[in-house]
Order: sequence, then C-alpha cells, then structure tokens
Amino acid sequence: MKTPAPLQPIPSDSAGIVLEARNVVKRYGHMTALDGVDFELRAGEILAVVGDNGAGKSTLIKALTGAVHPDGGEILLDGEPVHFKGPLDARHRGIETVYQDLAVAPALDIASNLFLGRELRRPGIMGSVFRRLDKKRMRQEAERSMAELKFRLPSITNAVEALSGGQRQGVAVARAALFARKLVIMDEPTAALGVRETGQVLELIRAIRDRGLPVVLISHNMPNVFELADRIHIMRLGRRAAVVSPKTHSMGDVVAIMTGATRVEEARDPGV
Amino acid sequence: MSAVPVSPPEKTSGVMAKIIGVPSAGPLLVLLAFGLIFAITNPRFLATHNLSIILQQTVIIGTLAIGQTLVILTAGIDLAVGAICVLGTIIAGKLVTSGYDPALSMAFSVLVCTAAGFAAGGLISGLRLPPFIVTLGILGILTAALRLISAGGAFPVRDEFLGWTGNTLRLGGFIVTYGVLLMFVLYALVWYLLNETKWGRHVYAIGNSPEAARLVGIPVRRHLLSVYLLAGFIYGIGAWLALGRIPNADPNALQTANLDSITAVVIGGTSLFGGRGGLIGTLIGALIVGVLRNGLTLAGIDPLWQDLVTGILVIVAVALDQLSRRKG
Repeated sequence: MKTPAPLQPIPSDSAGIVLEARNVVKRYGHMTALDGVDFELRAGEILAVVGDNGAGKSTLIKALTGAVHPDGGEILLDGEPVHFKGPLDARHRGIETVYQDLAVAPALDIASNLFLGRELRRPGIMGSVFRRLDKKRMRQEAERSMAELKFRLPSITNAVEALSGGQRQGVAVARAALFARKLVIMDEPTAALGVRETGQVLELIRAIRDRGLPVVLISHNMPNVFELADRIHIMRLGRRAAVVSPKTHSMGDVVAIMTGATRVEEARDPGV
Repeated sequence: MSAVPVSPPEKTSGVMAKIIGVPSAGPLLVLLAFGLIFAITNPRFLATHNLSIILQQTVIIGTLAIGQTLVILTAGIDLAVGAICVLGTIIAGKLVTSGYDPALSMAFSVLVCTAAGFAAGGLISGLRLPPFIVTLGILGILTAALRLISAGGAFPVRDEFLGWTGNTLRLGGFIVTYGVLLMFVLYALVWYLLNETKWGRHVYAIGNSPEAARLVGIPVRRHLLSVYLLAGFIYGIGAWLALGRIPNADPNALQTANLDSITAVVIGGTSLFGGRGGLIGTLIGALIVGVLRNGLTLAGIDPLWQDLVTGILVIVAVALDQLSRRKG
C-alpha cells in the first residue's frame, strides 16, 4: 500500500451542482452524528459515499432524502435551499432512493412494480370517473425504459418473484430511474446480491448516469465503488474527510482516510 | 354455470393471467369435476331448478366471501364476518318491527356493519394489532351483545322490502332471486376495483410486502382501513340477502359463516399469506362448496360427509399454496 502524502482534494467547479449540503449538523441526544458535513453532487456523475460504520453515512443520506431533519446547516437542490418534510417530499422534488432490501411486491408483474404507487390511469372518462388503470400504457412505458437502460428481462408481464435477485433489484433501480427527475440515491443496492447479480445492477447504475441522471452510491464494497464512481466522498467522524477521484487514489488511500490513518489537510471544497 | 370466465377476454398474457387466470384455473377444474360426477350419478343434479337452488344456497356465503377475500388478500383474516352480518339482520329487524321505514332501517343497518368493519380496521391498522385477534374479539363482543339485544331469541322479520332479495324472477329457464343477482353485481364491482384500479393494485401490493408498499409511498394503514370498511359494507349487504333467504333475525344464525367464507376463499386459490389470488377464484370456491353440499344431499349421503369433504378440500388447497410458494 502506497501512502502518498498529503492528499489533495479535487477542486470543485460550482457550476452544475445538483444537490449540495453545507455545514449540516445532526445530533441524537449527546451523540453528534453529523458534525458540520458538506456534500456536493454534480450533474452527470456517480458520487460514491464511503465511510466506516458510525461515520455518519446513513445519517447524511437520511438528511438528504428528508428522512431526518438536520439541526443545522442547509441543503440546496439545484442551488435553491430546500427543507424536506419527509421522504415523500424529497421524492416529489425529483429525488428517488433505492434501498438495500428489495423493495418490490413479488407477486405483481414487472410493469406493475415499476409503476407501483404511481399508476397511470386511462385518458378521458374511464380514468377520471371510473379510475381505470391504463395497463397497456404502463406496459409500454415499462418496456421502453427497460430498453433504454439496456436491462434485459424475460418479459415485462412476468411476476417479479420469477426473477433472479439481481433482476429484482434491477426493477427497483429502474423504477427509481424512471421517476427521478433530479437524482437517484442508492443505499447499498448490491449488499444482498451475489457477484454476477451485482454486475447486472452496476451496469444499470452506469446506464442511469449515462442518461444524464446523477447518482449517489452508498456502498461498503470498495471494488464496486472504484469500478463505478467518478468521485468518492469519504465520511469520517460525522464530517467529510475528503473527496477523491478513483483515478488518482488507490483503495488503500481511501481506507487510510476513512480510518484516520492519513490526514487530509483541507478536505472541504474551496467553494465558489 | 359456465357464466364464470377463467380469465377476462383481454390479453391473457397480462397481469390478469398472473393474478386471476392461473390461480383460478385449478378451482374451476375441481368445480367442473364435481359437477360432472354429480351430473352422471344423478340426472336431477343438472335440472335448472336444482342449479337455481345451488345459487340461492350459495348467496350468503358467496357474498360474505367477497369481504373475506379482500381481507385475506392483505394477509389478514376476518373471524367476525358472520357476527357482523347477523348484527345487520338484527338491527334491521328490530327497527322495522318497531315501525321504522324498512329502506331506512336497512340502510342504517348496512351503515352499522360498515362501522363495525371500520372499527376492526382501525384497531388493526391504528394499533397494529393482529387481524386474527381483533376480529376474534369483535366476534366475542358481538355474539354476546346480539343475544342481549334480542333477549336471547330469534324473532321473525316480515317485511316486503327486507325480504325483497328473496323474490324470484325468471331468466330463461332459470329462476333466480334478486339476491343472487345482487351477489353477482357485487362480485363484478369488487372485481373491477381489485383488478382495474389503483386501489386494488395497492391491496395486492400490501398483501405481498407491506414494507415495499410503504417504501413506494402507499399509505398502508389508511389503505388497510379502507379494506375493512368495504368488507363491513359488503357484510351489511349480506345481512339483507340473509333476510331474503330466511325472514328471521336470529342471534345464533350463521355460526359457521366464518369458516365457510374462509373455505370459499382458500379453495378458490387465494393465499392465506396475502397478495395472491382473486375474486373469480372465490366465486368458484363458494360454488364448489355449494355444489358439493347439494350433490351429496341429492345422493342421500349423510351431511356429516359434506363437512368432511369440505375439510379435506381446504387442507389440500392450503397445502398446494404452500408447495407453490416453496418452489418459488
């Protein structure tokens, strides 16, 4: 393991920042989970968020998705300050989240799962008065978005339970991609999957980025992070220890920063 | 009896085939097999008046099983079906015998049944109590309360309007009661709700995985409440149908309705674990029980055998459900 000192953070260009957190603080009683953390997601990138257990990764993500309310600091979406009332609020603003556990309804088919909670109704009186679902259009849209993401599935009318674990998670990821207008947050999306299935999901995440949607990827899996991420945000003790590029830093460097073995002098991006 | 389509005419490859077609194909075969056996062994079985009788005998359980299906699809169970239905008959009967307007009395009693469903749903979704315990409690409370209200005994309910569902009309060679027609209308309406609307889709989603439903933003608790509410309403309509069959309000009636309705649902292929199955299966399941009882009676076989065969069918149906889940 090489230890190049001192590590230089990647300079930031303030243009094209989709989601930003400034000096966000969150305390649980005496415990400070977030101690003035900064965060910055740029347009069109995959930003990995890594950190040891208890470093504040999941609290940061919860703050960004509206699941917890920060005690201090601010969160900006497209440069505008936002105060999410809850996860639904964040979602209405175009932020979709994919969870580690497979959030799908197994007996429903792929199209139904993709549109679950956001079903389309038929046009005209059938939809407005009789509340009839537009199953055909949902199937077509589902097929189209799967084709766009180059995600191969047996048939859109298959029950999700007939799919492999990777394909199921693929459905959850595709659902997020289908509805996210600003960004997608993935919380350990491959933690429950095997090696080959993980590969399928990583492909999908890359396809989402390539369509122009930025992705925040929370992961423990360093090889996955280095395979996918454009930048790596490293959490330590409730703060951002550094943001590094996988091109200039090794896994060893990242782990060293995570654990505090290597100090980064000024990890915060210089700002505007 | 072939009025029951296995799957709707539109795309058999769609959600339909998954949710309705496949699970109800088995029950339909069982129904046809029993029908065939009884038709061969006894020529009277297929006589139109006998088929009319089967339908009339199926009407109460068949209707209560609609509500039971909704509840079981959410991975719940309703043990207060019969008690709520009897509550409806006694309230309507009491009001009418006290001189109130029959239509208003019936409407009020349907409202009370709906409220009973609402109470069950409120305890289940609000306090997160297990449906089994809540509905068992309501069964106990209602059974005692109904005997107190009616002073222990049954009383006759003689009223044109309350008995209307027992009136008959001729449809071709068939003699059908209005109650049977009302049951089919309810099946059609609730089928539409379950299969063609967001509401139904969400019932399946919650039965499949409440956690996934919550994560995609479905208000799970409010939805559960609406399911029990609708079930209570259907039991109220069931009370009207019961008064049409037997013009009597009896606190001790319908004691086997819980098990019979669950039997119809389970034989119809709906999973007790929730999220799988559907109403067409339940209708077939209710008809299987009706055909079985009728056929065995016609054959002069001791009624005890009817319960025995029904019991075996239930166990086979649940075992098949378990096996198919283990494979998947």
